[in-house]
Amino acid sequence: MTLDTVKHATGTPEAEQPWAALGLKADEYARIREILGRRPTGAELAMYSVMWSEHCSYKSSKVHLKQFGEKAPASDAMLVGIGENAGVVDVGQGYAVTFKIESHNHPSYIEPYQGAATGIGGIVRDILAMGARPVAVMDPLRFGAPDHPDTRRVLPGIVAGIGGYGNCLGLPNIGGEVVFDSCYQGNPLVNALCVGVMKHEDIHLAQASGAGNKVILYGARTGGDGIGGVSVLASETFDATGPAKRPAVQVGDPFQEKLLIECTLEVFAEKLVLGIQDLGGAGLSCATSELASAGSGGMRVELDSVPLRDATLSPEEILMSESQERMCAIVEPEKVARFLEICEKWDVIATVIGEVTEGERLEIFWHGEQIVDVPPRSVAHDGPTYQRPFARPSWQDALQADAPTAERLKRPASGEELRATVLQLAGSPNQADKSWITSQYDRYVLGNTVLSTPEDSGMVRIDEETNLGVAVATDGNGRYAKLDPYTGAQLALAEAYRNVAATGAKPLAVSDCLNFGSPEDPDVMWQFAEATRGLADACQILGTPVTGGNVSLYNQTGDVAIHPTPVVAVLGVIDDVNRRTPIGFAEEGQLVYLLGDTADEFGGSAWAQVAHDHLGGLPPKLDLERERLLAEVLIAGSRDGMVDAAHDLSDGGLAQALAESCLRGGKGVRLVVPDGLNAFTFLFSESAGRAVVSVPRSEELRFTEMCGVRGLPATRVGVVDGDSIDLQGHFTLPLAELREAHTGVIEALLG
Amino acid sequence: MARVVVDVMLKPEILDPQGQAVQRALPRLGFTGIADVRQGKRFELELEGPVDEAALARIREAAETFLANTVIEDFTVRVEQP
Repeated sequence: MTLDTVKHATGTPEAEQPWAALGLKADEYARIREILGRRPTGAELAMYSVMWSEHCSYKSSKVHLKQFGEKAPASDAMLVGIGENAGVVDVGQGYAVTFKIESHNHPSYIEPYQGAATGIGGIVRDILAMGARPVAVMDPLRFGAPDHPDTRRVLPGIVAGIGGYGNCLGLPNIGGEVVFDSCYQGNPLVNALCVGVMKHEDIHLAQASGAGNKVILYGARTGGDGIGGVSVLASETFDATGPAKRPAVQVGDPFQEKLLIECTLEVFAEKLVLGIQDLGGAGLSCATSELASAGSGGMRVELDSVPLRDATLSPEEILMSESQERMCAIVEPEKVARFLEICEKWDVIATVIGEVTEGERLEIFWHGEQIVDVPPRSVAHDGPTYQRPFARPSWQDALQADAPTAERLKRPASGEELRATVLQLAGSPNQADKSWITSQYDRYVLGNTVLSTPEDSGMVRIDEETNLGVAVATDGNGRYAKLDPYTGAQLALAEAYRNVAATGAKPLAVSDCLNFGSPEDPDVMWQFAEATRGLADACQILGTPVTGGNVSLYNQTGDVAIHPTPVVAVLGVIDDVNRRTPIGFAEEGQLVYLLGDTADEFGGSAWAQVAHDHLGGLPPKLDLERERLLAEVLIAGSRDGMVDAAHDLSDGGLAQALAESCLRGGKGVRLVVPDGLNAFTFLFSESAGRAVVSVPRSEELRFTEMCGVRGLPATRVGVVDGDSIDLQGHFTLPLAELREAHTGVIEALLG
Repeated sequence: MARVVVDVMLKPEILDPQGQAVQRALPRLGFTGIADVRQGKRFELELEGPVDEAALARIREAAETFLANTVIEDFTVRVEQP
């Protein structure tokens, strides 16, 4: 076969090209021809097709994502905003923290272990590329029905993959979520978050200016992994019968990644690099075009120099390969020798594959012939933008009208029924103890983990002298978002924000992973538009800018999309981790206060799902100013020693929060239903803006005065006491019985 | 009693970190001249009955669905003569 060089392409304008099979639309192919003034070569077509895929170009989502920048609240904490590999936040004392959440949904469905493992690897390299040392990971996971046979295939593999990669890498996994819902049966959601820490002066941005500077590819050799994975995996849906295409899956090597981390941090420390980019989706196509775009534009690459694992790879395959554990750096010529020396010390293969040039073209050569000659921005940034049509789904009104009123869904009334409902909720797969999963992850490696699952947020210490720490929580509720995507996305943010505050940390910034169905469906696109608008509006009010994240579309099987599932991560800072607030009620005699207002709100609730398998009505109302106030009170309560335990109220309401706090601390609670509420609403309502706290008696006056002055409703609902949950006049539930129902559930289903 | 051997290997394009680790260790231990190493798994199945087409078909099914992860691995089935 003749090599499809630039010269050859110019001479054979009519040659048939497989643009459709590579996922390009006719008008996109026409546009590539227009940009180049000729037909693309095979290698150019490969680059454009992966870089213009939904996954890399955000072509359907970017018109909506713009709002995160336009509506971003002014924040002194932001050092690097949206658009880089990851945003960077100032946390004081000269430290900066970077964090980001990404999806690895489709690969994890095809090959659960490696899909989830390489998801961790990818997000860790994103953080590393900012110059930060990765210090913790988190994984929000969503699966189909817990008793479905395919969940037994997918879940254990994904959990083992996360544990295997993260544990080998030596990073603690400090939190996340596990949610079951049959809407995720053919599309499990595997989102991965990484947090990294650096000093302000160590922030690195990807760029490649300065002609003559060298392009160095370092890390693993390039093989035939996941070729076309980006366009094939992220842009096409699965057949109802299962994975129709089985492209080569990437396999990760965490020990290679560990070497890459240490090697990269050392070259950063010696100031040997100008720009750096990790190789993720779209591999070298992405890294070279993005690095060149970030500089003046000119770059020349000799593809023959790329170290290969398989000598038979074609140049197109080398450009598209998604081999893991690789990075690309721009290094000044006089520093190349030292760079290579450090790589050799860490046993990392490093090769000069090209250099920055005067021009504005990305030029790639193979066996001395030019196979790519493109303006890099046209590949990396100026891809297609779609204004996809969207419209409120015709079924939305009927769904919202089907509210879970007392007439529609039978509610427990007697003490016996209420007690049974508490047990039923605590033992349902979504509310049950997840330690069978989280104990497969190392939560304490590196020795700085302060809080991890099942606490409200994960917290790590970042300075061992001053005890400065950061807390991160991730939340999402597809059921709420299905009922109302605008409010549902805001509720996800509010919950994560509240979770961070509940542990005593001040929320600073947001990263989001937006998991939706096909953007070609106007119903789904409406959900996406509403969710992004809701999130951007709420971030503005809460003062927490979105620093970055990821969009995963086409999460659907046949015509059926997943629930719209925006997963929101909030990062906060705590000056002294010794002042953190755990969830467990550990001290008898402390007073239990319910903060916030409780209303009859059951739309999308855990109770409606568990007791009636019902989804309808409206999600809980949200008052963002109230969320802010609640957070301030929780933070002040932690800092000034006024609360010893705090737990945010979310799915399952007060009953579930109390169950978790009592089981965690090993102490029971005596409760009285406050005036004006019925026992059912008191126990199970999911009204937002609430938390439950335990207050030492000596601090009661100070605490209630603070709440009074600030205008936050605080209702004394009971006292920590004994070894049962005792709702006076209704029921007594021994903790032993509750624990029996709450633990072992996941293991019994999947172990 | 007949023995059927199922060999499972990672597909050629799939990264094999274990094989690579072995390959890197070989020259350090003085075993030179080895260009590449791929590491796989070998299952030895002792049959209770005769090795007929039906038995082999069952073993292939077991290999396809359980012994090998065909997303990333290939397998071969062969009868080992006693």
